[in-house]
Amino acid sequence: MGPLLFRHNRPGRVVTFGEYQEGGGFAALTKALQEYSPGQVQQTVIDSGLRGRGGAGFPTGRKWSFVPRDLPGPRWLICNCDEMEPGTCKDRILLEANPYSLVEGMVLACYAIGVRHAFIFIRRGYEQAAANLQRALAEAREAGLLGSNINGSDFSCDIEVHLSAGRYICGEETALMNALEGKRANPRAKPPFPAVKGLWGGPTVVNNVESLANIPDIILNGADWFKSLARIPAAAGTKLFSISGHVQQPACVELPLGVPLGELIDTACGGMRSGSSFKSCLPGGASTPYLTREHWDLPLDFDTVAAAGSRLGTGGLVVFDQDTCMVRATLNLVRFYARESCGWCTPCREGLPYVVNMLQKIEAGEGSMEHIAILQDHVKYLNYAFCALAPGAMGPVEGLLRHFEGELLEHVIGQKCPYKRA
Amino acid sequence: MIPKSLESELQARVAHAITPREAAVDVMKALQVHYGWLTDEAVAEAAELLGLATLQVEELATFYEMIYRRPVGKKVIHVCDSIACWTLAGETLLQQLAERLGINVGETTADGCFTLLPCCCLGNCTEAPTMMVGDNIYNRLTLQTALVYIEGERRLIEGGLR
Repeated sequence: MGPLLFRHNRPGRVVTFGEYQEGGGFAALTKALQEYSPGQVQQTVIDSGLRGRGGAGFPTGRKWSFVPRDLPGPRWLICNCDEMEPGTCKDRILLEANPYSLVEGMVLACYAIGVRHAFIFIRRGYEQAAANLQRALAEAREAGLLGSNINGSDFSCDIEVHLSAGRYICGEETALMNALEGKRANPRAKPPFPAVKGLWGGPTVVNNVESLANIPDIILNGADWFKSLARIPAAAGTKLFSISGHVQQPACVELPLGVPLGELIDTACGGMRSGSSFKSCLPGGASTPYLTREHWDLPLDFDTVAAAGSRLGTGGLVVFDQDTCMVRATLNLVRFYARESCGWCTPCREGLPYVVNMLQKIEAGEGSMEHIAILQDHVKYLNYAFCALAPGAMGPVEGLLRHFEGELLEHVIGQKCPYKRA
Repeated sequence: MIPKSLESELQARVAHAITPREAAVDVMKALQVHYGWLTDEAVAEAAELLGLATLQVEELATFYEMIYRRPVGKKVIHVCDSIACWTLAGETLLQQLAERLGINVGETTADGCFTLLPCCCLGNCTEAPTMMVGDNIYNRLTLQTALVYIEGERRLIEGGLR
């Protein structure tokens, strides 16, 4: 089947409002406002099996359903475009090609949840995506598809863009809400969950760009159609995969969920780059434990990758070849998290630099068996951190211990890194 | 002191916000563009505009990677050192650039043009290795192409362009 989110794309430029409409854009919104109640839109999204594309894979429709329907006062929708997960660039690529699916999806989500004011939270560095969105929002307002009495109905909502200033933790949904309120972006305690008490204390839904951009086609074509797009029965829909690292042609592609890992690398990226063979990869961003050669035929979906001991995450794959030192790769990843820790809680603020130090020692040929044992302990200890950042940081460490113990031992016993360096 | 026009522009932004401090990042960024970095004076002015204590602005200013609370060059070179760029030698690129620019990472070139910093993943992984100079992103870098781009940026700065 052809692409869904990418079907509006034009080579080398952003699609225009007119082209998007000619391609069936905004038909879902028109149809929903005429024919469906908010509850029906929500139910269709629940039935579609759409799972959050931002990393956690939580069912999008169910997230919406947690918002109490009868609570007075404003409720909020936030689109999370703080895409800073290393290896992930799908949201930027989508928005630089087509901002309209997101706008339409957000209006539909606002209708389903009863939101009148939504935000798009965009990271620093995505100024082009933000500019595309600003223009798309203005065009939608002009066309009566956003703002007061949308398409002549009695439903009104508006969307605003918030440009951030760069900090990984802002992508954590409760930290994001603090950032949006103009507070220091430390995460908040859960519960209360955002659906009950979020932005300015009101019920709030936070969804990823790709999740929301899928909504128009789900509403237009139905839940069963969306499910049928996936390659395996348990999955639903297509997914944007961005593949980087030691492949022939790094790329961001849209393929059915359930596509096998090896097929993704071979068909979408032309295989490994010349002289390289596949050793390992991060399947979905920096926090997801490594997959290895034994996973070459693994269908990539949330449950299948979880069963293999990792997570599909964002679908941002970083591929490593046979010459990659996995200790060194893990060191790079944990160092990233140590630097991006917001410093709020002790396990994360103190624990991550400690783990970096252990990995540095091992990589420098100064490691001992005790250091490996300390790494093992910290995979457990860092689960006691305040938010998901530190446990995420330990994902690759856990993968290193599970899949590459031999490589760790080589470093420790040989007292040097066995890989030559460029 | 900021010009009256910028002041009223920012006052309008704050008035439009749901709560004044919601506009904090926009205000800090605008002041940073005006001063080149977020000076003590800018922090005080942001506090005044937002109805916050200077300390409250300070705790925001020091939180964000791309709000500069110390003097920086006319443009900041952010070299991505996250994992996708790392696989394609992004890690060594930062150090090599430092050597060629004659500064340590974190310092500013003698002519005041560039400050060199590592940064968090720029979301440009399929075009790695990558760097951002000011607002401009550069793809698939080698040391040689990076130096050519930086030279181009220097000419933009000398011509008074962004």
